Amino acid sequence: MATVAPATPSTSTERDWTKPQAMAIPKEGYFELEKGRYGPVFPKTPACYGFSVVAKVKPGREKAIREYGKSIEDAVNADPSVLAPLKLHYLRWILFDVGSGLHFMYQGIFDTDFDKYLEDAVALFVKTGITTVFVNLEGWPEDWKTNVTAVIKFFRDHQCASFLEYGEYPYVSADEIKKALKLKATFSDMLDIMQ
Amino acid sequence: MAILQQSHGISGDLTDCTAKLDSLEFDDIQHFLMARPPARAARYEFLTFGNPAGGREWLTGLIDKVGTASAVGSSLLDARWVTVGFTWNGLQTLGVTEASLATFPEEFRQGMAARAGVLGTTGANHPDHWVGGLASPNLHAIVVLFARDVAERERCRGEHERYVAQSGGVEVLSALDLEAIPPFDYAHEHFGYRDRLSQPVIEGTGVEPTPGSGLPIKAGEFFLGYPDEEGPAAGLPQPEILSRNGSYVAYLRMEEHVGAFRDFLRARGETPEEQELIAAKLMGRWRSGAPLVLTPDRDDPKLGADSQRSNDFNYAKMDPHGYGCPLGAHIRRMNPRDTAVNMNRRKMIRRGGTYGPPLPEGVPDDGIERGIAAFVGCASLVRQFEFAMNVWANDPNFHELGNEHDPIFGTQDGTFDMTIPKRPIRKKIKGLPAFTTIRGGAYFFLPGIKALRYLASLGAGL
Repeated sequence: MATVAPATPSTSTERDWTKPQAMAIPKEGYFELEKGRYGPVFPKTPACYGFSVVAKVKPGREKAIREYGKSIEDAVNADPSVLAPLKLHYLRWILFDVGSGLHFMYQGIFDTDFDKYLEDAVALFVKTGITTVFVNLEGWPEDWKTNVTAVIKFFRDHQCASFLEYGEYPYVSADEIKKALKLKATFSDMLDIMQ
Repeated sequence: MAILQQSHGISGDLTDCTAKLDSLEFDDIQHFLMARPPARAARYEFLTFGNPAGGREWLTGLIDKVGTASAVGSSLLDARWVTVGFTWNGLQTLGVTEASLATFPEEFRQGMAARAGVLGTTGANHPDHWVGGLASPNLHAIVVLFARDVAERERCRGEHERYVAQSGGVEVLSALDLEAIPPFDYAHEHFGYRDRLSQPVIEGTGVEPTPGSGLPIKAGEFFLGYPDEEGPAAGLPQPEILSRNGSYVAYLRMEEHVGAFRDFLRARGETPEEQELIAAKLMGRWRSGAPLVLTPDRDDPKLGADSQRSNDFNYAKMDPHGYGCPLGAHIRRMNPRDTAVNMNRRKMIRRGGTYGPPLPEGVPDDGIERGIAAFVGCASLVRQFEFAMNVWANDPNFHELGNEHDPIFGTQDGTFDMTIPKRPIRKKIKGLPAFTTIRGGAYFFLPGIKALRYLASLGAGL
């Protein structure tokens, strides 16, 4: 099955990590409609996979959302692998108001197709309590605890597709970066031993 | 829980015993996913209903022959076991209301053929090439017959043929006969791999999982209406009488290109030992069933035949780099064990068997179709079966491999590779050929017995 949109390079040469790349993306968020299990598949870009979920905050819930940032920090400190199933590079949580009320943006850069591991992501959100952030957002399904399909629909409905993504070291996964850094550290150790 | 491996409901092994059934509504659940009868032959018949009344009439006369979980293993059903399932179109044709039909999940409503893009059944595997009318919207029902032997199957075939002829408007779109292939003392498929090596154990059946198989799985992962691994049942199709004790099954008819498989092994291995190792690397087990994680360098048939040992391994700790079992091997994809999360939500129950005559060793491929016709049973096709197809079998970047599909079960068109980790330098097979082709498939709903009666009664009084 082709899981990568046609515009996404498929060969290692085209995905040359030494050559910075930018990708302009159509308004739909993909180049050619390719159906995933829950909807259109979004392409892998030079900035890997990712999503930007934007939703309006329910009145009076800003404090609860901000405080939950600390909870996530504590959870990762207690177990650094707690978010590993998401295959993340970075997470950015932002609260902003540009005149239409307070909005929350959950932006994630990760290495797996958004569509593929949605159930795992939702399970992790429930386990870590990230859902306690979402319950403060308008449109979050009331039956989220028992209706994974509705939760997935919320994420898809509130996903704002990028129209440009850029990678200084395109298409490189977090695992590859960690392997490279580990290799570098191992070589450093080896050189130390040889002194 | 490989789809290719451990998929068979029929085999030469007659020692299979029925699960000790002590809870759940065993007298309402069809036996199909609950217990495996000792069958050596089978027949699948794919039906279409010309009109609702004819379909209901046909069903009415068949209900009492459908095997329940409680009856399997009893003297009531000692020679043949019947299972009935319906497509969404079939339920519609029987007269299920639009409101009720709308409560079934999207993927089931669409049907397997429409989900080809999700499943990765492209190219030669695409529904455009499927046989037997399986991609047709006129496919309404399936009857699965497991029989103790070929003679009993033939008797049942004749009986059902006469019965269908009496039912107004019911026609057989196609049928497939299955038989276990020799030697009959263990379950295996046409490539020669030992079969039925790991199956999830359902909580409440009293069956003890073999070492390495994990804890029993909540019944709601396979049967609607029961708590699943996340909690109480929710969001089930309505009315409850229709969904309770039901399951979804994904049917796949997968041709095995035995000649091409053997040619590949001969081309890649100079000695029989090398050829066996390549076969093992593709599967993740030696053809004897012995897992590469436990015996990476040489076969151990005794281990392969020992259910108390053959499943007792993991990947993350015992073989993290895939030096034994390659990261992209069939069994490592279909059951990543401790290298994936939420595995209990991805478990499936396989049933089925081999069709077509075995191809003797040393004989060129005769062009006769042979393969596996298997069912994957679950409570959620999108979360369990489609995930396995989409993410495990046909995701080129599974385990960051980059350009690989499942080497045996995945869609292959000569453009994908197979990486075999090895010190000091890994081996990469470029342009892996297709050893299998999907020749058909469909999604069915297997209702409970009360639900079958409910369906048969639709339209009464109109």
